[in-house]
Amino acid sequence: MIEEGKEKVWKDYQKEIAEDNYFYARSCIRQNFFPGSEVAFLRILKELGKNLFDDPRHTTCTGIAYHSDIVPFDTTMTVVARHFALMTEAGLKNFVPSCITSFGIYTEVLELWRHHPEIEQKIKENLLKATGRTFEKPENLAHSSDIIYKFRNEIANKSKYRLVNKETGKPLRVVEHIGCHYSKMFPEKGVGGAEYPLVLTGMVQAWGGEVIDYPERRQCCGFGFRQYIVQANRGYSVACSKKKFESMAPYKPDLILTNCPGCPYFLDRWQYVVSEMEGVTYGENNGGIPVFTYEELAGMVLGYNPWDLGLQLHQVPVEPVLDKIGVQYKKEDKYKGVNGKDLGRPESPSCLKI
Amino acid sequence: MGKITDLLFKDIHVEDGLSACINCGTCTAICPAAGFYHYSPREIVDTVQSKNELKIIDLLKSEQIWYCGECMSCKTRCPRNNTPGMIIIALRSLSQELGYFTESEKGRQQLAVKRIIGEAILNKGYCVHIDQIETGLHPEQGPVWDWFKENVEQVHERLGTAYKKNTAGVMRNIAQEDLDELDKIFEVTGAHDRFRKIEEFSKQKARDLRIEFDKGIDEYFLHVYQSNCGKHY
Repeated sequence: MIEEGKEKVWKDYQKEIAEDNYFYARSCIRQNFFPGSEVAFLRILKELGKNLFDDPRHTTCTGIAYHSDIVPFDTTMTVVARHFALMTEAGLKNFVPSCITSFGIYTEVLELWRHHPEIEQKIKENLLKATGRTFEKPENLAHSSDIIYKFRNEIANKSKYRLVNKETGKPLRVVEHIGCHYSKMFPEKGVGGAEYPLVLTGMVQAWGGEVIDYPERRQCCGFGFRQYIVQANRGYSVACSKKKFESMAPYKPDLILTNCPGCPYFLDRWQYVVSEMEGVTYGENNGGIPVFTYEELAGMVLGYNPWDLGLQLHQVPVEPVLDKIGVQYKKEDKYKGVNGKDLGRPESPSCLKI
Repeated sequence: MGKITDLLFKDIHVEDGLSACINCGTCTAICPAAGFYHYSPREIVDTVQSKNELKIIDLLKSEQIWYCGECMSCKTRCPRNNTPGMIIIALRSLSQELGYFTESEKGRQQLAVKRIIGEAILNKGYCVHIDQIETGLHPEQGPVWDWFKENVEQVHERLGTAYKKNTAGVMRNIAQEDLDELDKIFEVTGAHDRFRKIEEFSKQKARDLRIEFDKGIDEYFLHVYQSNCGKHY
């Protein structure tokens, strides 16, 4: 699609993103697998002078249970209503989930209630009966990647590094992968819509990189909820990711950027699995294609220590990207704890170069 | 309309997700599951739309309704704005309510999903929790995960999280009073009832299959978690 056409599509899919005062809803998957990312998100917002409330009473939204069908929709809607009640009790109106599955659910619930006020009333009664709580709906719902997108230029202005190869002076080539539930269900709720989402592209361009278009750009990573959770189904999951790797590899990406908590996990780990099963790797010199969350990438351009960001928890090493950009870091600190405590190091994969 | 079809069409996911499907097949063309399994969301929607009671009962007992990954790619492209993925949610719900899910290999897996995800929610307040992830069941997580698990407290301390702390922050302990609220919501809204049905119907099936059934990672759990007849593709 020619650039003018994309810009027209993007103009049709601009959403309002609140300026400040956020109620933060944490992600189960991001906390477990990319714990440094949520730490970085709060640090970035603090440095931008934004107010964010991190409520310890917040729980899972039950999203994975809902989409693997073990809980009724009424249960999920009532847990969502409890989170809205916590936001209301905090005196806030801007709801910011970290999880894309959660973002999809909050969007779905609000849309459903808009069309079916009788269901909203029933959920209010459920919540009151179960917890004694009442709630107001958020005035603004934005995913945490929307917030980073909104402040991408402020981050660029503060940045220590650009997404540019220091040797060649050329922009890094980036695959952006959008979580399915960000905008496939409700395109008008995502920045740029479902076909040409701008939320990650905007970050990459603001920070000096170049986005790659490739045939399977909108293919799911393959989480599929029950398709990953149950061991007998995991062929589905790895096959979906493999389809993407084979489609993007000829374009020689330097990195993959994601906004869903699950996608970076699968796009990272399935590269390891394909290398173990078939001896195939998709990056340079028998390495993989490094995968980043948007918080990690923002933290990296801002000059945060890569090991403060938790980049040591990736199975596909990120050092090729750090080296291309010229990030200053200590290799020997990668697997150390507080005060330089030696924590050993992971075993090496049999094929994937680390 | 038959009794079971009537139940299916009372589900809001069918009411909102199905409006005169024109059978164009766009959903099947875009569907990741259709690229992997013998699966066609178009055919599923067509069967539901037919309101044929016997065919719908067959569907509720089938392998097919469990192939969908609920990515909802079908929603974006449907020219009628239908959502086959949402209709799947309704079919799976009814299949579990009626006990039909134990008639298929893929359906029987719901017992494992309930015991992994459902119990993590009620015990920890998270859909998944690192302390409850059995590394042996997840070889794909790689050696870096083994290293993380072995050093979990030190790594979290290094990253400045709230792991195992009773404060706000990443991987904090969820307080008992908040878990109690989740539990009460589950009781009021029917999740506990569904969990009981998944366990009870699975227990009956385990008896038919002569597989030991207890709780946690028992023989029946491992059977449904790992069995793959290889005829799904």
